[in-house]
Formats: sequence, structure tokens, C-alpha cells
Amino acid sequence: MFILSSTANLNPPPGWEEGLLFRIYQNLLHANRWHQLIDGLSITLQVTILATLLGVMLGFILALMRISKFAPARWFSSAYITVIRGTPLLVQLLIWRQVILPGREIPLLLVGVLAYAVNSSAYVCEIMRGGILSVDKGQTEAGRSVGLSKFNNMRLIVLPQAFKNALPSLSNEFITVFKETSVLGMIAMTDLTRAATLIVSRTFDAFVPFITIALMYLSIVMLLTWLLGKLERRLRKGDSHTEIKQGFWRTRRAKFSR
Amino acid sequence: MLNSVDEDIKEGEKVVIIGPSGGGKSTFLRCLNLLETPTQGQIWIDEQEITCKNNNINDVRRKMGMVFQHFNLFPHKTVLGNLTLAPVQTKMMKKDEAKDFGMQLLKRVGLEDKADAYPAQLSGGQKQRVAIARSLAMRPKIMLFDEPTSALDPEMVGEVLDVMRGLANEGMTMVVVTHEMHFAKDVGDRVLFMCGGIIAEQGKPQDIFTNPQNERTQKFLTSIL
Repeated sequence: MFILSSTANLNPPPGWEEGLLFRIYQNLLHANRWHQLIDGLSITLQVTILATLLGVMLGFILALMRISKFAPARWFSSAYITVIRGTPLLVQLLIWRQVILPGREIPLLLVGVLAYAVNSSAYVCEIMRGGILSVDKGQTEAGRSVGLSKFNNMRLIVLPQAFKNALPSLSNEFITVFKETSVLGMIAMTDLTRAATLIVSRTFDAFVPFITIALMYLSIVMLLTWLLGKLERRLRKGDSHTEIKQGFWRTRRAKFSR
Repeated sequence: MLNSVDEDIKEGEKVVIIGPSGGGKSTFLRCLNLLETPTQGQIWIDEQEITCKNNNINDVRRKMGMVFQHFNLFPHKTVLGNLTLAPVQTKMMKKDEAKDFGMQLLKRVGLEDKADAYPAQLSGGQKQRVAIARSLAMRPKIMLFDEPTSALDPEMVGEVLDVMRGLANEGMTMVVVTHEMHFAKDVGDRVLFMCGGIIAEQGKPQDIFTNPQNERTQKFLTSIL
């Protein structure tokens, strides 16, 4: 770590020699400790994004199985959901690492992503199923009556509406996965939470690192909520009674006055 | 629900079905394009038995347009998108062709200025006119109407019936379930009175409305007129 320490802040800046400022210096700035938090955050985000993408795909397939006419597919899907939702995530994570994929040569990122994706897919499945069922039966009747095949009707008529209806819950699931990655340290991955505990073990000061990561989690969740809300409003454009181009507030008001 | 219904509808004929709710009107109509599957019996359309198992149900439905009580427009598509979706997807038309034809149909139902609007921005009457245009986009030979004006405000009924009258004048084969007795009188070649899952009485509109034979038909007509 020669390079790091040569560029690191080894002395507190003027005026930061005592009190809370010193503790902030000690925990975050000294030897560029905040780099560890950024690296941890990167791991957290990688697992969250990859696991959510994979989880939505898996969950979507499970949802189609769950509503299919083929009974074994339905059984498989509901057994899967029962097992995944009936066991703690942390236990699943440990099983993935130590029972299913114990090899040292297997990248930890893969193990983490798989564990979270499989866990999340069970919840996504139920969300998607609810979304599909929430689409009015008349839509399918209309789609089929103009000659669309069952598959095309599902793809072009039902799923776009189902996805839009499911989006608020899907966003929620994304945020849940993001927060749940904080136990990745249990399989020796240095995620954001694990990075903070490593700093604490050096400085014996829990306050600054843990409050810092709490604020980091919080601000990212708030950012995600805002972004996903924007996406949702864009998808809802067909629902408003007024012209689409009028912008958010106008359409909102039009809805209330209905 | 339906029992020993034996009917023969000719090309170009306009058949109006009336009767009390729960009498099997809608079920009969929905059987014609197999939205309901009959447990027994046969349906022949265009020399083809559609109830036969190895038949392609989608091809059968493409010959028939259906208009629903609650419109069932696709809310995530624009008005024009509603019209072009099926012809393009079933490879009946190219995209441009479908758009041109869609605009023609919209002009015909008087809504060409709404092509880019979404269904939620339309009134009930406008929605139903779009729904009719959507069915016509597949160039059907037969049009089925399932209480097309029942969910509309009274002042919007006229505009939808006008479109239907226009279709009838062009010689489209139509089967219409409705409570609009004036429409039945004006447009119908034949009126079927359905009640309790059977066709209790049928005949020319003037005969049915002025001189019903069946006791249940008499009762029904006095209760609604």
C-alpha cells in the first residue's frame, strides 16, 4: 500500500484536530479510508443491479408458469415460491456460498448475484402475477377477437399493461434488494456495510462510519425512488384525460377533477 | 346456457337479437367467434365448421369483427395504434398500408383528428366508434355487436348507431345484440327474441314489435317500450 499511503492524508487538516471533525478525519479521510466505502458501494450496486435484472427475468418466467394451464409448471412455481419465501435470505446466501457453490475459484460476485436474484425472483413472480391478473379480461377478448394469437395477445396487449400496473411494486422490490445486500459481508464480500465494519475495526469508532453509510443508503434510495417515479409517470401517459404534453401537474389535476 | 339454438344467418343479413338479460343473447354472440366454446353442436361460417377442433381459431376470428359493450380499446396504444396493431401483427398489411387504411376508417367514423390521442382522452361514444373502426381494420366479413350502446350516455348513442347504420347500408353482415328498439326496427332484417337460452320467437321487425305471438315476447316488449 505504498502508493496509497504516499498520497494519503496522514495528518488532519488545520482546525480538525479534535472533536467530531477529528473523528470524521480519522474515519473517512485518514489514509483515504473513504475509498473503501466507495469500493464497497460499487460492489453493493453491482450485486443489486445484476440481481434485480436477473431476478425480474426469472420472476417473469415463474409468473408465466404460475398462471399457465400446464399443471406441473404451476406446481413447480408455487413450490419454488414457498421455499424461497419461507427461508431467511441470509440462510439462502450461506447455502449458496457454502453448499451449492463452495469452490474457491468461483467468483464471489456470481454467488452473490445468484443468491439475490433467486431470492428476489420469488417476490417478483407474485408481483408480476398480480400485474397480469389486474389487466381486464375484456382486453384479452378484444385482442383475440381481432385475430391476435394467444402469444401475441399476451406480448402486445396484456404484458405492457401488466408491467405498468406492477411497476410501483417492482420499484419497491429493487429498493428492497439494494438494502438487503448489506449482509453480503457474511460470504466475505466487501460491500458497503462490510467496508464500514472494516473501518470500525481499525478506528474503534462506530459512530462516523455507520452513520455515513446509513446516509449513503438513504440518499441512494431517495434517488432511486425519484427516478422510478419518473419512469412510472411516463408509462402512465395513456391514462390521463388531457393531452399528454401538458406536463405532470396539469395531468395530475385533470385526474383529480374527474 | 344455450339450448337447441338452430339458426341460419345469410350473407348481408342484419340480425338483431333482443331479450331480457341472462337470456343468452351475449352467449350466443360470443359463441359465434368462439369467445365462449360451445360444449355441443356445430357452428359453420363460410362453409367451414369453426367448432371443429383442428381449426385455426385465429383465422376464424379474423373474418369476424366484434364490438363490445365496454369498448375494450387498448389503453396503451394511440387510436391509430389500436387500428393498425392487428393487421400488422397478423401480416395482413404492411405498416404504411395499415396506417393509410386506419386513417380512412377513422375518417369514416369521423375521428381522423383523434388518430394520435389515447383512448382515455376520448368520450364513450368516440371510444365505441374507434372500437368499430378497429374491428373493420381487419376487413371482416361479419360484424358482431354486443350491446354496443349500453354503456354510453344517452346523447352519445346516436353517433354510434349512425356508424352502424352506415355499415348496414353498405351490405355488411351484422349480428347485433341491443336494447335500441328503434335501431332494431330500422336496420334489422330479422329480430330474434332470446329468453331462457332459446330463441323464443323470431320474425320481421314489424311483426315482432307490433304483433308478438309469444307471451314472453309480449311481456318483454311492454316492459321496455
